[in-house]
Amino acid sequence: MNVPDDLLYAASHEWLRADGTVGISDHAQHELTDVVYVELPKAGTEVQAGEQICVVESVKAASDIYSPVTGRVVTVNEALTTNPALLNTDPYGEGWIFKLELAAEAGTANLKSPEDYRAQIAGL
Amino acid sequence: MPVQYRGILEEHHAVREALGVFDISHMGQFLVQGDAAREWLDGLLTNNLARLGAGECQYTFLLNEGGGVIDDLIVYRIGEAKWLLVVNAAKIEEDFAWLQRHLPAAAGEIACVNESAEHAGFAVQGPRAAQLFDAFFEGRYSRPARNEILRIEIDGLPFHIARTGYTGEDGFEVFCPAERAVKSWQDILARGAEFGIQPCGLGARDTLRLEMCYPLNGSDLGTDTSPLEAGLSIFVDLQKGEFIGKSALLEQKQHGVKRRLVPFKMTGASPPPRPHYAIYKAGDKITEATSGTLSPTLKTGIGMAYVPAAMARIGEEFEMEIRGARYPIRIEKKPLHHPKQANAAVAQTAGL
Repeated sequence: MNVPDDLLYAASHEWLRADGTVGISDHAQHELTDVVYVELPKAGTEVQAGEQICVVESVKAASDIYSPVTGRVVTVNEALTTNPALLNTDPYGEGWIFKLELAAEAGTANLKSPEDYRAQIAGL
Repeated sequence: MPVQYRGILEEHHAVREALGVFDISHMGQFLVQGDAAREWLDGLLTNNLARLGAGECQYTFLLNEGGGVIDDLIVYRIGEAKWLLVVNAAKIEEDFAWLQRHLPAAAGEIACVNESAEHAGFAVQGPRAAQLFDAFFEGRYSRPARNEILRIEIDGLPFHIARTGYTGEDGFEVFCPAERAVKSWQDILARGAEFGIQPCGLGARDTLRLEMCYPLNGSDLGTDTSPLEAGLSIFVDLQKGEFIGKSALLEQKQHGVKRRLVPFKMTGASPPPRPHYAIYKAGDKITEATSGTLSPTLKTGIGMAYVPAAMARIGEEFEMEIRGARYPIRIEKKPLHHPKQANAAVAQTAGL
């Protein structure tokens, strides 16, 4: 599974880029199977680290997505509305879900390094 | 069987357009033998076994006294007085205990054996299934006709090959000794490669059967629902002799069923429907979905639900609640999808 070195990861399989962009990991998209629907969060939503923020649905099931850190949603990836499969085909690129403006105490220190996240998914 | 191998959508389309193979070894097999076996089984099952010649099969129900469905199954007549029952995996113990309990006191002439652990099974499904059969056996055997079963030997081992399935496509279900499972699976995949075969999992099995409106026991059927309510009365012979559940069904028929299982489609953009999502009519919750998924073929949400009989009309509209929002749904005619091949007559017999 692809685990890029320039991202931080939540134990619940979301990734966070330094610019506040959030998505789900390659491992997560593989486990979800074919994504067919994404219920995006609303821009402006204030969210706590670990709080459920949106829903991703595969043929198999609906899965909650949790915000990896505390902040405010500034933009969402509208392309996922018409092409939810971007989450499967490009989870770290065009399949990004939303972008946060991080709070002062965002909780970034609680996220996993790529090494720690690789160890987590290797143990599954 | 895993949920998926390469992806539910890819596996689903492989079965609709070419060929897929499902490992159905989890299903149960009971062997029933004896001169009195037919009469005994006809007292427990809803369909009429007297209609079956040797080598033929039928879809049928095992009911409780109240007319509720314990299990739906296929009975194959594999000899003059020899019957193979293929039942749902989750119901093997319950079905077998029920059969044992209802064996006649002088059961000497009826042998009823649970052979589930001794059999592996594979469902080879798709419009290219007949081509694979011919290529596999190089003309040594003729294909069994729809709802027929063929017994052959391969390397001295017994194989049963039936023209049945749970996808609506043409196809075969193959049962062989468990010790031969791995080799059979590999042989089917290897020989099927030129026909585009894909190994398929439970995910695609559910989307394929739901497009055909085939019920899933435990979801669309259960001990609190009857085959008449489920719209499956063509697999119930109320003209034949007594069978367990018959009097309850006769009463339902006389008074009219109170609810019916109907297929529905989402009529606009929406998240996929799921089992247990609430369904509303004029602001009131009236029922919930028993099955639901995104249809890979129709590219829209589909499902089934029991609705009050007075509302069970094609075109009737409802709303489904998904995470607090309401989305319109509409009752449709079954099946929701019509397989392309000429062989669709097939779908009607096994057709549920």
